[in-house]
Amino acid sequence: MEILEEGSGELLGWHDPDEMRRWVLQNKSRELKDKTMDVKEAVSRFVHDGDVIAIGGFGHVRIPMALIYEIIRQKKRNLALLAKTAVHDADMLIASGCVSKVEVAYCFGHELRGLSPASRRAVETGRCKVVAEISNAGFQWRFLAAMMGVPFIPTRVMLGTDTLKHSSAKVARDPFTGKPICLLPACYPDVAIIHVHRCDVYGNAQIDGILVEDFELARAARRLIVTTEEIVDNERIRDEPWRTVIPFFTVDAVCEVPFGSHPCEMPRMYFSDEEHIAEWLRLSRTDEGVQQYLEKYVYGVDNFEDYLELVGGVKKLNYLKKVEMLKVPMKAPWAKR
Amino acid sequence: MDERKVEYSSIELLASVASRMLEDKKSVFVGTGLPMVAAMLAQKTHAPNLLIVFEAGGIGPLIPVLPISVGDSRTFWKAVAASSMHDSMSISQAGHLDYGFLGAAQIDMYGNINTTVIGPWEKPKVRLPGSGGANDVGSLCHRTIIIMRQEKRKFVEKVTFLTTPGYLTGPGAREKAGLPEGTGPYRVITQLGVYGFDESTKRMKLISVHPGVTVEDVKANTGFELLIPEAVTETQPPSREELEILRKEIDPTGMVLGH
Repeated sequence: MEILEEGSGELLGWHDPDEMRRWVLQNKSRELKDKTMDVKEAVSRFVHDGDVIAIGGFGHVRIPMALIYEIIRQKKRNLALLAKTAVHDADMLIASGCVSKVEVAYCFGHELRGLSPASRRAVETGRCKVVAEISNAGFQWRFLAAMMGVPFIPTRVMLGTDTLKHSSAKVARDPFTGKPICLLPACYPDVAIIHVHRCDVYGNAQIDGILVEDFELARAARRLIVTTEEIVDNERIRDEPWRTVIPFFTVDAVCEVPFGSHPCEMPRMYFSDEEHIAEWLRLSRTDEGVQQYLEKYVYGVDNFEDYLELVGGVKKLNYLKKVEMLKVPMKAPWAKR
Repeated sequence: MDERKVEYSSIELLASVASRMLEDKKSVFVGTGLPMVAAMLAQKTHAPNLLIVFEAGGIGPLIPVLPISVGDSRTFWKAVAASSMHDSMSISQAGHLDYGFLGAAQIDMYGNINTTVIGPWEKPKVRLPGSGGANDVGSLCHRTIIIMRQEKRKFVEKVTFLTTPGYLTGPGAREKAGLPEGTGPYRVITQLGVYGFDESTKRMKLISVHPGVTVEDVKANTGFELLIPEAVTETQPPSREELEILRKEIDPTGMVLGH
């Protein structure tokens, strides 16, 4: 195949598919076994300094925040983040010094809420380095190639742009049409963390609503930690097997964390806590503010239950449920007026 | 005639102009912010059967209130499918998406967009969020509509980083790069006017100026040579009905419209 162009971005998470097959054979169990543990144990066992990490969900939607806080609490360092519409999660991990490199599809922003002061500061001062660019479709197709066990996947995005020049993709002449085509390398994160609506003790997981790219990501990752709003009986999974999005043999740890996406949204359960996000956006304008936030909400609490009490407890969570179900209007304290 | 007296902000005008470009029974790939407002307005007025697609997997929703993310649950409220990014991006690549709706920090005369970085990539002056789904939308939808603020430093001779492809270097360049044929930027809407692209040169040309804006104002806020046709029309302002829907139904908190 004739190679027409090569991106100069760092190739994160790539392995030869045969090497990956050997790794799977040696490391992933097909045994139905109870994988429940607390987030402390899951993070200490499966997230290591220097890992390439990807986070499920999208933006402020269905984000495994309990794991994010625990990664910060355990002071993991030099993580390489696959920032596939990584927003609040990325901002927190970069601001707290856990992440030193990022491959960016979308990062350093909070969508409508504006740009992320803390993670932008980190990148603009060189504390955190962008090592490659990519598009959202590009990222999820890198995971698709990985889950398929192939070295790359041909696509028609990124062609002709600086996004491609700074990516880890290559452009080749397609042997069928003769036209240039973008080859995206497979991406196998060392660890992925995903929050779901329900899951059994073995890791068979259901997600309500959009999957974003979690179907592909779960199968692409070497290690996978699933946090779940609730643990359900295996029988319930088997009653409706067509609802299983993540099968148990891809999962390494299962942690039950009700409201585990807070302050982000959990579709059809609770809305994002805009007051809390606004507090973070305000405090994270300075490094001191970042420390103040982390002291209060991360280092200052032992677990997620205590954190939920601190952010407003039952009263706040009930309110967020009502916003999610459109029973009361949302507030936008960060909105420009 | 009464409508002339209706007061509106420039951002409400943008939303109204953008919404009118979306035809009923067509499909549109929508990004965060003003594109969402415009698509919702179209759905609530002249295009009730507009098929709205969101990158995270929301397909064909009847959006109840303004989403704050292209992935929140409002993007698949009463939808025909709550699907995945692989699905929404694949249907775009296969040709099912008529329009794509984008914002931009910088644009050049060929409609190339920057949303990645201001200053050198290695040492950014301002680091912006990056492509997100923008490159995909601009590569794969049949027609791309761009909504942005116009200033000289945003309408530039050369974008500092080409995040999302417009017509690249001119006629034939997209196809030569391998992008799907017949795709590219269709309209650019700013607070000053509406722009299209010249058929033969693929360069940006003025179509209409908004009420109270002159061609000179447009030129003064453009950093490249804009094609100015002999006949420049005036943009139709938002109607009372549209403003009512924008303010009361779509964005009562002023998240996007800022009222």
